[in-house]
Amino acid sequence: MLNKNLNLIIVVFTIIGLSFWIGLNINLLPKEASINAPIYDELFKILFIIGLILFIGMTLIVIYSLFKFRRKKGQLGDGIALEGNLSLEILWTVIPSVVVLLVGLYSYNIYDRMGGMKELNHNHHMIDNNSEKIWAGISQKSNTQLSTNNVNIEVSAMQFAFLFNYPDGDFISGELHVPVDEEISIKMESKDVIHAFWVPEFRIKQDIIPGQPTILNFTPTRVGKYPIICAELCGPYHGGMRASIIVEELSDYEQWFNKNRKTEV
Amino acid sequence: MTISIEPENKKQESIQPKGWLKYFSFSLDHKVIGIQYLICGFVFYLVGGTLASAIRIELASPMSDFMPRDVYNQVLTLHGTIMIFLWIVPVVNGAFGNYLIPFYVGARDMAFPRLNAVAFWLIPPSGLMLIFSYFIDGAAQAGWTAYPPLSITTPQSGQIIWILSVLLLGGSSIFGGINFIATILKLRRPGLKLMQLPMYCWAMLGTSILVVLSTPVLAGTLILLSFDIVANTGFFNPVLGGNVVVYQHLFWFYSHPAVYIMVLPAFGLVSEILPIHCRKPLFGYSTMVFSIMGIVVLGLVVWAHHMFTSGTPPWMRLFFTIATAFIAVPTGIKFFNWVATMWGGRISINSAILFSCGFIINFVFGGITGVALAQVPFDIHVHDTYFVVAHFHYIVYGGSVFVIFSSIYHWFPKVTGKLLNEKLGILHFVITFVGFNLCFAPQHWLGLNGMPRRVAEYDPQFQFVNQISSVGALLMAISTIPFLVNIFISIAKGKKAGDNPWNALTPEWLTSSPPPVENWEGEAPLVKEPYGYGESITN
Amino acid sequence: MTSLDTSKELNKKDKGIEEGHEDFRLFGLITFLIADGMTFAGFFAAYLTYKAVNPLPDGAIYELELPIPTLNTILLLISSATFHKASKSLLNKKNNDSQRWLLFTALLGIIFLVCQLFEYFNLPFSLTDNLFASTFYALTGFHGLHVTLGTLMILIISWQVRSNGGRLSHLNMFPLEAVELYWHFVDGIWVILFIILYLL
Ligand code: HEA
Ligand code: HEA
Ligand code: CUA
Ligand SMILES: [Cu+2]
Repeated sequence: MLNKNLNLIIVVFTIIGLSFWIGLNINLLPKEASINAPIYDELFKILFIIGLILFIGMTLIVIYSLFKFRRKKGQLGDGIALEGNLSLEILWTVIPSVVVLLVGLYSYNIYDRMGGMKELNHNHHMIDNNSEKIWAGISQKSNTQLSTNNVNIEVSAMQFAFLFNYPDGDFISGELHVPVDEEISIKMESKDVIHAFWVPEFRIKQDIIPGQPTILNFTPTRVGKYPIICAELCGPYHGGMRASIIVEELSDYEQWFNKNRKTEV
Repeated sequence: MTISIEPENKKQESIQPKGWLKYFSFSLDHKVIGIQYLICGFVFYLVGGTLASAIRIELASPMSDFMPRDVYNQVLTLHGTIMIFLWIVPVVNGAFGNYLIPFYVGARDMAFPRLNAVAFWLIPPSGLMLIFSYFIDGAAQAGWTAYPPLSITTPQSGQIIWILSVLLLGGSSIFGGINFIATILKLRRPGLKLMQLPMYCWAMLGTSILVVLSTPVLAGTLILLSFDIVANTGFFNPVLGGNVVVYQHLFWFYSHPAVYIMVLPAFGLVSEILPIHCRKPLFGYSTMVFSIMGIVVLGLVVWAHHMFTSGTPPWMRLFFTIATAFIAVPTGIKFFNWVATMWGGRISINSAILFSCGFIINFVFGGITGVALAQVPFDIHVHDTYFVVAHFHYIVYGGSVFVIFSSIYHWFPKVTGKLLNEKLGILHFVITFVGFNLCFAPQHWLGLNGMPRRVAEYDPQFQFVNQISSVGALLMAISTIPFLVNIFISIAKGKKAGDNPWNALTPEWLTSSPPPVENWEGEAPLVKEPYGYGESITN
Repeated sequence: MTSLDTSKELNKKDKGIEEGHEDFRLFGLITFLIADGMTFAGFFAAYLTYKAVNPLPDGAIYELELPIPTLNTILLLISSATFHKASKSLLNKKNNDSQRWLLFTALLGIIFLVCQLFEYFNLPFSLTDNLFASTFYALTGFHGLHVTLGTLMILIISWQVRSNGGRLSHLNMFPLEAVELYWHFVDGIWVILFIILYLL
């Protein structure tokens, strides 16, 4: 009996250890290039480890039962007439409930840190009149906290391109240039169908919805060029609807900005 | 008490064609209708699978070279629609439900046989219509979700035919649902209590409740959408002041429950198959019942998890995260109970049990990625990417389709009186299992690293992984060969099975195989313990 | 005899229940009406959401005149009562009375439809004017379709309860009961519709 329990404990700990090892050492995600990315990856690791424990555990039990309890040649008769076990049922109701609840609370925390819980409705400084309503988005700061000296950009999406309007410089660009480590605020509107703004390296995505402007605020942390991908089916060329976001040092950014701006200071 | 069959009824039967022809003509017999559903569904599965193969061929290279881009969108729309509405839903509900439920409740037919036949005969024409829309002006190309305004601006004839055929299929499914509810609740043999019914009845009851409550909402939504397309109204057209997100709410109010419509009956089928081949009672019958009802209730209030990036307010995202994740609890109960059913049994290793175990493994994997997707912050990155594609193929293919195959292996002797060839069956299982995992496991990585779904062209860095996936799809296509060969050979010259080759206790096995027209020669048996297997430990 | 009847026959025997037992056809109908109700629920939900979040363009009218719909509400409520009378009469084997009540009910239904059309023609907006207009027509139109169907069915059964040779009698009440249930359902939907669309 003791021996049996010991084996079980060893197996359980091996599964957990293996899951932790895989979860912590195998990276399935692209580069991290915004404040959101490390927060996201933290959540990903936790979910990955919990998932692995459950999956490896269940798979091993199924394979083990298939092997251990298979009907051998010449064996007759049934298994044991066991119809149920209340304490087991309670056990496997309570444990998943607790896991799910903890994961839910934790992902709430993550979401809050990513800025998902901020009210974004009225009074955004980019909204000219009060009747215009922002529908949703993600922002690390709420409207009132947003200072006016952010980098503000208006994104308009259409079949099948993104256009980036820099209102402060009164020019439009086909590439999104942003300075590193600054808070960027983009307001997005679609001219025709639904599109989506996705930068995998930033771990953020927001639909761009016709008739309903959305806001996305983020802070890039790594200089480089990353793809902006349209992630909502928008027609035949949906797959080709891409743009680039170029994250550069503030001085480079200002140089680029000044080269393109139409209005004088 | 013997039941005299009215002479009129005899006549009705005698004008029915004999032999295999009866499966291709109008019939009121629930067994015939069940098989009709199965055959029809399988044909559409081959069509949908061929379309899937076209998708995988296109995606074997990063350029859009195999077919034009708009044709690609039509292909993937048709693939999704056919697989869901013409394969999984009709087969797990219509086919097995019609065949088994009257046996399980001890009735001679469904409550409304005529309605039943009508429900089936709606399917082939709507399916053909859907496929032939391709040849008119191109099929619908807005995805199976048909989000406006895209579905309003793409060529109209395809989209309208799509709406029409989904409406008809929805109608078929509502008629079926009404029939199942009435049969299970009102047509039970006297003396048979609800808590003595085989688990599949409970699964079908839960599913039918979902069908009745949610499908009409889809119908209403599609009617509004068709107005937007043909009558120039603006319900979902932002140019005319409409609101596209309202469509998404209404659509998912149906289509999330629809995923349980695709999987709850499969859960029920597994609950029938496992005890018989493990020679043990189904573990935890009453908790299994409660978990089905729990899934039904929760399933109705989680739809917005498909819309986390659609501009929904924060509180809504949070509510739907928690509600969605909690579905893991009742679902988990079912899985743990199945494993406990296997534990300590005398398991015959055959194709039916292998497919069922494959189902458990695949579904747990897909369910876990589902719970991850339910977390808003997680979903924001992977929404509308191949991660989602991988999630749901793990569930719909690794789950429902595996169970369909398992059930075919299990009930084939009942329907035909012949045994299937086990060697071919196991070969079928091995190729399917390997091909399936090869095809869909790598797609998780693709999604996480930046490949959106519904694209005909992609970043060349993803080529290698996509090719692995395509090889897996090829294996899946090949795996159909041993299956079909097996079916045809066994029908022609399979070994005689006898009435009850598995020594099962559920009512359908307590009559001859194949069963007579009115299911039992004499009175229907009263089965109070459908899972009374096993030897008590005392003797 | 149809096979439907046969299997019902058989099931009656199965259950060992004599005439007048609980009839599951009515149960099937109730399930169907729940489904039908969900279609309306979807429309109502859409309407309420639009109202809450989608501002209408300036100058759009969505104040509705009340007299006609109020009259219509009263008509339908009365028609529910008259239908009830009809089934009471049939139960008491007074087929002729029943027929009269049914025809009266159908007449109320027709007046309802006429009023509805009259309202349509006098409204200051048309189907595609704005969201409110479209939803208004969709909801009332879908309901009107139900009333039309109901009226037709009432006319059919009023023919069938005729005292010499009709198919319906106190022994075979089902078709009448089914249509009655349906009619009450359509009335109920109208009341909800009236409250949500005209009063809110
Ligand atoms: C049969 C079909 C089916 C089923 C059953 C499910 C089941 C689940 N699905 Fe899935 N889903 C789809 C089909 C299905 N799904 C489809 C088709 C789409 C894409 C639609 C489209 O956009 O085209 C989709 C998309 C989808 C999304 C949206 C993704 C996106 O577009 O961004 C989400 C998000 O929450 C989700 C979640 C879930 C969850 C939580 C479950 C749960 O029910 C899973 C529960 C099961 C388990 C968890 C495993 C067993 C449990 C245990 C072993 C207990 C212990 C477990 C824990 C404690 C975690 N699904
Ligand atoms: C519900 C069930 C279901 C099933 C069973 C499947 C089965 C398969 N699916 Fe499907 N799929 C969906 C439902 C389903 N799918 C849905 C809902 C979508 C979303 C659509 C949308 O975005 O709108 C989707 C989307 C989808 C995509 C994403 C497309 C995109 O976003 O761009 C891909 C890509 O790999 C794919 C692949 C496959 C493959 C390889 C199979 C294989 O398992 C199929 C294997 C079967 C066969 C191959 C049949 C065998 C056929 C023969 C023997 C005949 C001859 C064969 C040949 C000519 C090769 N599917
Ligand atoms: Cu724009 Cu896809
Ligand atoms: Cu869902």
